[in-house]
Amino acid sequence: VWAEVAVIGIKLAFGLAVLLTTVPIMVWVERRGSALIQDRLGPNRVGPFGLLQPVVDVVKLIAKEHILPARADRWLFLLAPLFAVAIALSTFIAVPIGADSGLELFGHPIDGWIVAPDLNIGLLYIFAIASLGVYPLVLAGWSSANKYALYGGIRASAQAISYELAMTLAAVGVLMAAGSLHLQQVVVAQGGTWLAYLPHWNVVTQPIGALVFVVAVFAETNRVPFDLAEAEAELVAGYHTEYSSLSFAAFYMSEYIHMTVASALITLLYFGGWNLPWVDVPLTGWPGAILSLSVFAFKVAFFLWFFVWVRWTVPRFRFDQLMALGWKVMMPLAVVNFLWVGAALALGYL
Amino acid sequence: VVTWFFLAAAVVAVIFALVAVVARSAMTNVLALVVMFFAMAAVFALLGMDFLAAVQVIVYSGAILVLFLFVIMLLNIRRVDRLGSGRAAQALVGTLVAAGVGAMVLVLAGLLVPENGGVLRGATAAGTAMPIGRALLSTHLFAFEFITLLLVAAIVGAVYLGKRDLR
Repeated sequence: VWAEVAVIGIKLAFGLAVLLTTVPIMVWVERRGSALIQDRLGPNRVGPFGLLQPVVDVVKLIAKEHILPARADRWLFLLAPLFAVAIALSTFIAVPIGADSGLELFGHPIDGWIVAPDLNIGLLYIFAIASLGVYPLVLAGWSSANKYALYGGIRASAQAISYELAMTLAAVGVLMAAGSLHLQQVVVAQGGTWLAYLPHWNVVTQPIGALVFVVAVFAETNRVPFDLAEAEAELVAGYHTEYSSLSFAAFYMSEYIHMTVASALITLLYFGGWNLPWVDVPLTGWPGAILSLSVFAFKVAFFLWFFVWVRWTVPRFRFDQLMALGWKVMMPLAVVNFLWVGAALALGYL
Repeated sequence: VVTWFFLAAAVVAVIFALVAVVARSAMTNVLALVVMFFAMAAVFALLGMDFLAAVQVIVYSGAILVLFLFVIMLLNIRRVDRLGSGRAAQALVGTLVAAGVGAMVLVLAGLLVPENGGVLRGATAAGTAMPIGRALLSTHLFAFEFITLLLVAAIVGAVYLGKRDLR
C-alpha cells in the first residue's frame, strides 16, 4: 500500500512541478512572442533574453497591496481566485502525459504517466472539472460590486455554456473512434497509419471535429479571440477588474494552466498523443518512457505556442458574433463530424 | 477508509442541501447547490458509479447551475428579505411532512444498508458508461427516444414563449 501511495505522490509532485513551471515559461514566451509578432523587442533586460522577467513580475505582484473593494462580497471575492487555481490544477490529474511503458517504482507499477489511478471515465472527469472552470470568473465578476466586472462574469457564463456543447460533441467523435473513455486507449487507437500513408491521428480522420474542438477550447480557456469576459477595450479588465496583487496573479496563473491542459487535450484527442507519425517504436522501459514523454511535451509546446500565435494575430470577436459562431456554426459542424464518424465506423473506413 | 469518505461526502451533501434552502442570498443558494452536487458526485463515485458521478458534475454543476448564476446576475438579485407567506400553520404542516419524508428515507436506508457497512463493496458496476449505454439503447430505447422528443418540444415551446412579443 505504501508503495502505491508513494508512487501516486511522486506522480502528483511531478505533474504539479511540470504545470507550475510551465506558467512562468509561458508568461515569458507570451511576452517575447508578442514582441516578435509585433516587431518589437519585448522584455530583454532581466537575465539573458529577459528570461528572469517572470520572476521579477512575481516579486512585483507579491509586493503590491491587496485591495478589497468596499462593497464587495468579501468571502466570494477572496475565494474566487483560489477556486480558479484549484480547478485549473485538478484537471491535470487525469491527463496521461506518456505511454504506459511497464515501469515499476518501489515494486509498484507506474501504470502510465497519469496521476490518478486509471479512471474508467478519464475524459469525462476532465470535462466535468473543466466545466467548473467558469465559476471563478462568474464569482469574481459578481462579487466585485463593479458593473464592468459583472458584465465580464455574465459574458463568461453565457460563453462557457455555448461552447461547452460544441466541444463535448466534437470529442464524442474521438471517443467513438477509440471505443473507450480511457485517454490511454484513445492514444493507442491513434497509432499506425490510415489509408496506407496518413498517420492514423484523429485530426486526419475527423478534421472537422478537430477544428471544432480546437476553436471551442480557445473559447473555454478565454483566450483571444474569445476573451470577451476580459475585453480590455470595453470592460476595463472584465471579471478581474477589481483584483490586485496575488489574487490577480492567481487568475493569471489559472489562465496559463488551463492553456496547458487544453494543449495536452488537443494533443491527446486529435494529434496522436505520444505517437510519432509513420514510425512505430515500441515504447517500453525507460527509453520508451522518456521518448513518449518528450514527444508529448513537444506537441504540447507547439500548441502552447499556437495559443500565443493566435492571440497576437486574430482580433477579438463582437459578442453577438461569438454567440452566432457558437450556436450556428460550431454546433452544426460538431454534428456533421458526429455523423461522419458514425457512418465511417459503420462502413469500416476508420 | 472508503466508508469514512462516503459518510463525509454524504454529510457534506446534506449540510449544503440545507444551506441551499435556508440561506437568504440567492448567490449563496446556488453555490451551496454546486457543493451539494459535487458531494453527490463523490457519493456516486464511491458507490462505483463513476459515469453517473461525472455526468452529475457536467450536467448540473457545469451547465444548469451556470445558467442559474447567469439569471441571478442578469436580474441582479442580491437578497431575499422575507421568506414564505408568513402563515404559521402552513409552515408547521410543511415541516411535519418534510420530517416524515426524511424519517421514511432514513428507515428505508437503514433497511437497505447491511450491518457490515457493505454499501461500497456490494455496489455493482451498473453505473459505469458501458452498462448505462447498453441499457439506454436496448431495454429503455423507447423511453430514451421519447425523452428526446419531449426535450425538443420543450425547446420549441421555450423559443415560442421567448419570441412571442417580438412578432
